[in-house]
Amino acid sequence: MAVLTAPKIVSSRRDFDDSYTLKRYLATGGYEGLKKALTLNPEKVCAEVDAASLLGRGGAGFPAGRKWSMLRRAPLSYLVVNGDESEPATFKDHYLVERDPHQLVEGVIIAAYALQVTQAFIFLRGEFALGLERVQSAVNEAYKHGALGENIFGSTFSLDIVVHPGAGAYICGEETSLLEALEGKRGFPRIKPPFFPAVNGLYGEPTVVNNVETMSNLPWIISNGGAAFAALGEGRSTGTRLFALAGNVVNPGVYEIEMVKNTFRDLIFDPALGGGVPGNKKVKAIIPGGVSAPWFGPDLLDVPLGADEVAGKGSMLGSGSVVVLDEDQCMVRAAWRITKFFSRESCGQCTPCREGSGWIERVMYRLEHGGGRMEDIDLVLDLCDNISPGLTWPPQQTTICVLGPSIPSAVHSAISMFRQEFIEHVENGGCTHV
Amino acid sequence: MSEITRTAVSITIDGRTIEAEPGELLIAAAERAGTYVPRFCYHPRMEPVGVCRMCLVEVDGPRGATLQPACYLKVNDGMTVTTDSPKVKKAQDGVLEFLLANHPLDCPVCDKGGECPLQDQTLAHGSGETRFIEEKRHFAKPIPIGENVLLDRERCIQCSRCTRFASEVAGDTQIAFSGRGDMIEVAPDPAHPFDSVFSGNTVQICPVGALTAKPYRFTARPWDLDQVESTCTNCAVGCQVAVQSSSNRLTRVLGLDSEAINHGWMCDKGRFAIEAVDANPESVDPLSPKTRITQPLVRVNGKLEVSTWNEALARAASLLSVAAPEQVGIIGGAALTNEGAFAWERFGRGVLGTDNIDAQYGDGLDGLLLQSLPAATIEEATKAPVVVTLTGDLREELPILFLRLRETIVHRGQKLVEFTSVASGLSDHATVSIPVRPGEVSSIVSALVAKEGVAPASSAASSESLNVARELIGLGEGVVFVIGRANVAEDSTFIENSIQTLRDAYPKAKFLSALRRSNVHGALDMGLAPHLRPGRSFQFSAGRSTTEQLDALASGKQKAVLLAGGCLIGNVIDQKLAKSALKKADVVAVTGHGGATLEFADVVLPALVANERTGTFTNIEGRVLGLQAKVVAAGTAWNDVAIASELAEQFGQSLGLNSVDHAAQTIEATTGYPTWKVLSGQSIEGLLVNAANEGSAIRPLDPAAFPGVQPASNVGLGTLTGSIATPSIETVSTVEKAVEGDIAAVNPAKSGVAKANEIRLVVSRALYDDGMAVQASSAFDNLRTRASITLHPATAKKLGVSQGDSVKVTSKSGQGVFEVLENLHAVIGTCQVALGARNAKNVDVVRPLVQVTEPVTRVEVVKA
Amino acid sequence: MSYFNADIQKRAAQLLSLYPRRRSAMLPLLHLAQEQDGYLSEAGIEEVATMTGTTPADVRGTAAFYDMFHLEPVGQYVVGVCTNIACLIAGGEELLEHASKKLGCAVGGTSSDGMFTLEETECLADCNIAPCVQVNHRYVRTTTPDSFDAMIGEIREGKRTDEIPPHGTLIRVRRDGGLRTNEPEVVEARATTLKARDARVAKEQK
Ligand SMILES: Cc1cc2nc3c(=O)[nH]c(=O)nc-3n(C[C@H](O)[C@H](O)[C@H](O)COP(=O)(O)O)c2cc1C
Ligand code: SF4
Ligand code: FES
Repeated sequence: MAVLTAPKIVSSRRDFDDSYTLKRYLATGGYEGLKKALTLNPEKVCAEVDAASLLGRGGAGFPAGRKWSMLRRAPLSYLVVNGDESEPATFKDHYLVERDPHQLVEGVIIAAYALQVTQAFIFLRGEFALGLERVQSAVNEAYKHGALGENIFGSTFSLDIVVHPGAGAYICGEETSLLEALEGKRGFPRIKPPFFPAVNGLYGEPTVVNNVETMSNLPWIISNGGAAFAALGEGRSTGTRLFALAGNVVNPGVYEIEMVKNTFRDLIFDPALGGGVPGNKKVKAIIPGGVSAPWFGPDLLDVPLGADEVAGKGSMLGSGSVVVLDEDQCMVRAAWRITKFFSRESCGQCTPCREGSGWIERVMYRLEHGGGRMEDIDLVLDLCDNISPGLTWPPQQTTICVLGPSIPSAVHSAISMFRQEFIEHVENGGCTHV
Repeated sequence: MSEITRTAVSITIDGRTIEAEPGELLIAAAERAGTYVPRFCYHPRMEPVGVCRMCLVEVDGPRGATLQPACYLKVNDGMTVTTDSPKVKKAQDGVLEFLLANHPLDCPVCDKGGECPLQDQTLAHGSGETRFIEEKRHFAKPIPIGENVLLDRERCIQCSRCTRFASEVAGDTQIAFSGRGDMIEVAPDPAHPFDSVFSGNTVQICPVGALTAKPYRFTARPWDLDQVESTCTNCAVGCQVAVQSSSNRLTRVLGLDSEAINHGWMCDKGRFAIEAVDANPESVDPLSPKTRITQPLVRVNGKLEVSTWNEALARAASLLSVAAPEQVGIIGGAALTNEGAFAWERFGRGVLGTDNIDAQYGDGLDGLLLQSLPAATIEEATKAPVVVTLTGDLREELPILFLRLRETIVHRGQKLVEFTSVASGLSDHATVSIPVRPGEVSSIVSALVAKEGVAPASSAASSESLNVARELIGLGEGVVFVIGRANVAEDSTFIENSIQTLRDAYPKAKFLSALRRSNVHGALDMGLAPHLRPGRSFQFSAGRSTTEQLDALASGKQKAVLLAGGCLIGNVIDQKLAKSALKKADVVAVTGHGGATLEFADVVLPALVANERTGTFTNIEGRVLGLQAKVVAAGTAWNDVAIASELAEQFGQSLGLNSVDHAAQTIEATTGYPTWKVLSGQSIEGLLVNAANEGSAIRPLDPAAFPGVQPASNVGLGTLTGSIATPSIETVSTVEKAVEGDIAAVNPAKSGVAKANEIRLVVSRALYDDGMAVQASSAFDNLRTRASITLHPATAKKLGVSQGDSVKVTSKSGQGVFEVLENLHAVIGTCQVALGARNAKNVDVVRPLVQVTEPVTRVEVVKA
Repeated sequence: MSYFNADIQKRAAQLLSLYPRRRSAMLPLLHLAQEQDGYLSEAGIEEVATMTGTTPADVRGTAAFYDMFHLEPVGQYVVGVCTNIACLIAGGEELLEHASKKLGCAVGGTSSDGMFTLEETECLADCNIAPCVQVNHRYVRTTTPDSFDAMIGEIREGKRTDEIPPHGTLIRVRRDGGLRTNEPEVVEARATTLKARDARVAKEQK
């Protein structure tokens, strides 16, 4: 049974239709965290976030407090918020920017204060037209309310936030690529090292990049204390987290649940959450953390929703998306479509990623649609191996950024878990699923 | 702290310990140590990007050995690297296979076939069989992306060398990556083709056959090509090049990586002007630059007829045999080799006994002054913390010098102080760009060197910018002044006085000449100037400069002239004077190229031209560089040493020079000028002939040893002053006032006619002008400078004209119709035109405008 | 003279003032250029190049990296149907096929009346209402062929114009009240904050 006792930290206003307005926000404790933060000195604010042990919600799961404290020696120049959310089946930041933009803005101001930067950018996925309007409205309202701009709430702290629209490129979620886009260039990821944003970020200056959800947790953490947050969850994975549940479930949607205390099974089957698989069909596989993550079979449904717990089983919680594939789904088709995504979204810099993704996609297309050869199955695996040598987890890579080694995840999972299905595709001259 | 002592680091490559420079890229360190790591995107003269992933090697780190790009990784002390493990091999083979997946198999018809790294890698390591049965990516086959460059997108391996070159090195992003993923392609903007003057470099550095050059396409296969290392003679920078030919036809020129000079780059003029050597075999009209002169010609009944050497030489000698030495002279010489120049100097002074010798056409700088300057090398100019330019637009005049300076200014934080009368390619990058109108430079420079000097009230410069410049220059230590002739419609006295002022005010500074005409520096060093003697010595004489000779010829004081290479009419500003002078004179022309001048020649002696002759060349820094013959000339052309010697024989005298080699040895023996060493095959860095070259007998002239250059005349200087507001481009209103003021200032007290739209004329130089090489090479047919005037928007507004308008420009001596181009870097109150511009009827519209007898030319601009 | 109309020009100027370097305004400026012309016209690209201090080739190449920028004219309504994993499971491919028939154009093409351009998109981050459809980047949440047809009908009848602006218009909310990054008083206010920070860091390090 799911443990649903934890407070709603980032989705507390989900039942209000006007949750995105300043009026509602103020009526529900809005900007109190910021006011409190401004009474503390910045180091103390950082310490609270550190105590909360808030893991970054963008995918890599690096603790925000640690990221910040590593930086505080060298004065930071910019804070950049990553709202590019394009990992397939991930839609929790979409929820946050449309439904609770003030919470995001407050979080950004708190972070900026903690980091003592005076310029922040919120980079939002271009396709979020409504989200862009809501966040821009929230920023406008925050200015009028005195929560943003010169001398915030009468303090000596000043901050400007610019809402920056993306323009349709998944790779811009990768933080260095995002910075390139913010510099007005093509979203080509930079090589780390030396381009760790913290050292060599926007315009070559030290920059913190954090995810929308990471930021949205800050008002609560400051209001309630880092310890209260850390008391939730277990081990490295503290607090609650938004999970975007999609695919073959009765109630797809965004759910905020306590980390580690719940398992994939809880998330998928609890009546208050996913509500099970339609038609009571069996789960064939799940994609546990975005399509970059290796898949889990039904045998791993009881793995707790925690970073280390999932990593221990050879995958990742990643972007907080869970896709359920029921017994009727064609695994070749699923893996092909995911590869097609990477092929379309590869930035094109690195040969293995640019050429490999397209080649694998075309072979996978043949396997699915007819024309596949038996040797193609191992051919795609070998091509995968040339992008991510050894096909290990965590992956090795021959590319600049980790989009490259994400390409093999679906193909490798599908072939190792469902090789027979691939063989049948070859034998039957294509897919026989309805 | 003075110098940081750099200690070498040691790294282990495949079990071998080697020394490397701290901060060096692993790929370079490995290569020096004999381990070649395959690569495609890496280019040693550009910032690494690490995108092709071909150079992956295993590097030990905290998390075990991981694959890292050798082109991107800097060496660290103790680094352990494996380049030959199975893991490395698999990764590299994988990259190669991926690259080939979408690469067409058209090597047999590809220009690059035979010299293609992708082909080589594939032959060495690729598997014979492809595992790919899918359709490859398809694009329309080669599309022209610029005048001389074609792109085959199917062959592109997305290494980004070309796009990086365009933006990082050349600074004009006319091509860029477009699209994403495997549909990425190199693309220009359709409305703005890739016509950068550096476009050919992208063809040279493309590792596959994706970019090809129109002039070279399908002319040869690499294995049929023969090559020599030589020096480009299209301008005075002296780029080191590989000249290639096939069946005695020049096919291609490639830049060589000379550390001192061109870093492997070239401009398109140098690269594509080889057509001028082959010229058009059908062209026989001696007045056409497309014609190669391959036989002696003698004028018979008013027509030039093919003749024999014996007859032509005898005829030439009789024409040059005048009653007194002052009745004869030599003009030209910048197109010669040092040896050729030396031979003609000996002939002129020794046989003809005259000092009427001048290699320049009145559009350069005084040779004595040039040789009195402490010379800087290009390298010194690029290493100087502050560089100061008083020149024209270097991108148009000396493109590779522009490239070298741009690199240090943009990428290494060098400060540029620009005194400019033209919209220059460096203006965007200048720390301070001081506008100079015609006639103002000497007063502005005087204000600069004066303590707390203020900008002359009437000038375009502001005191603030002069203060910044003064501060940057300091005492001049380590500062390099790049000096040239920005405006040929301005009396050279202005700039020459300014250079003297700078030399005297900043004795610790160095100077780099920006004279652009081919071997003009070599010609001056060989004494082809009235007061100069070979080996940078001088002796005052009554010899005439080119302009003075033309005057003397026109007035009958001088009877005959020998034109030593180059087309006098095509080069000189005052064509009217030149024509009337030559019409009266007996003219012996020594040249390999046809041209307008030959209309007046009585005898034409055919000389070898670039790439047909061996010898040496001296560039802007005074660096002596080798010239090697690549092709054998058609017909019976001789080298200049032979021609001069044979002509001397006709006078019953001997120059004592048996051959080009002998001439080189003689130069070295008599002057210490080291041409012979270069000739006998030294490195492509050449030999520096200036004070910096220890042990060299050649030193700059001591300025104290001669009284300096007297201004030719001071006429008119007074009329240029007046009171106007200091222009600032900040606000339109002050700008307008400035223009108004300027117009008031140039209000001709002399002429007495005030015209509201009269402004000062700047005649700059364009790379694709109407020079012989440009006219003879079809590569430049559509790139030739247009009949346009460049105006600052404020000037345009004041004149009531705007971008694209057709305007009539009138001076006291001529007029022409031009198109208006607005440019924020143009100097307010001036009208800039480029020498070489012609109208639709192919008639020169610029030279006639220049009032050669005036210190500056004023023009009136009205809408046509 | 600017190619942009007065309103776009004003907003462009504001955008340019928001960023420490003008090239940073590239993507928002391209959205504005697209708002004016419905796609990125040659003149729009030139204008953005001038504003950002770059070249047309650079702007074009940059724009072509991003899916939302159209270098060729498109319909007044760009319809995007997602076929990525969650939508695939929910029938995204079938809905896309239906849309193609309904609009009478191939995927990537434009309907003969020039009104609609159809695109296959990657995940649009609205997977709980799959298959996901956007029109001019507004979620229309029509997951079945019938609801799709109804939606198209309403657009044709002009019933959705408030909700769905013409193609290119992305953000209708204007930034207001906000400080402009490069204005002197802002620079000063931020300098004060930074000075305070530096003083504290200095104290800490003692
Ligand atoms: C291909 C790729 C796509 C990514 N997309 C996103 C994204 O859409 N949103 C996001 O917040 N992080 C994304 N990331 C992770 C970011 O690079 C970065 O780690 C994150 O924004 C840091 O924020 P956090 O520490 O708050 O999680 C992506 C990473 C990669 C490699
Ligand atoms: S791995 Fe792929 S997405 Fe990442 S930088 Fe390389 S080509 Fe671009
Ligand atoms: S040569 Fe190193 S990545 Fe291309």
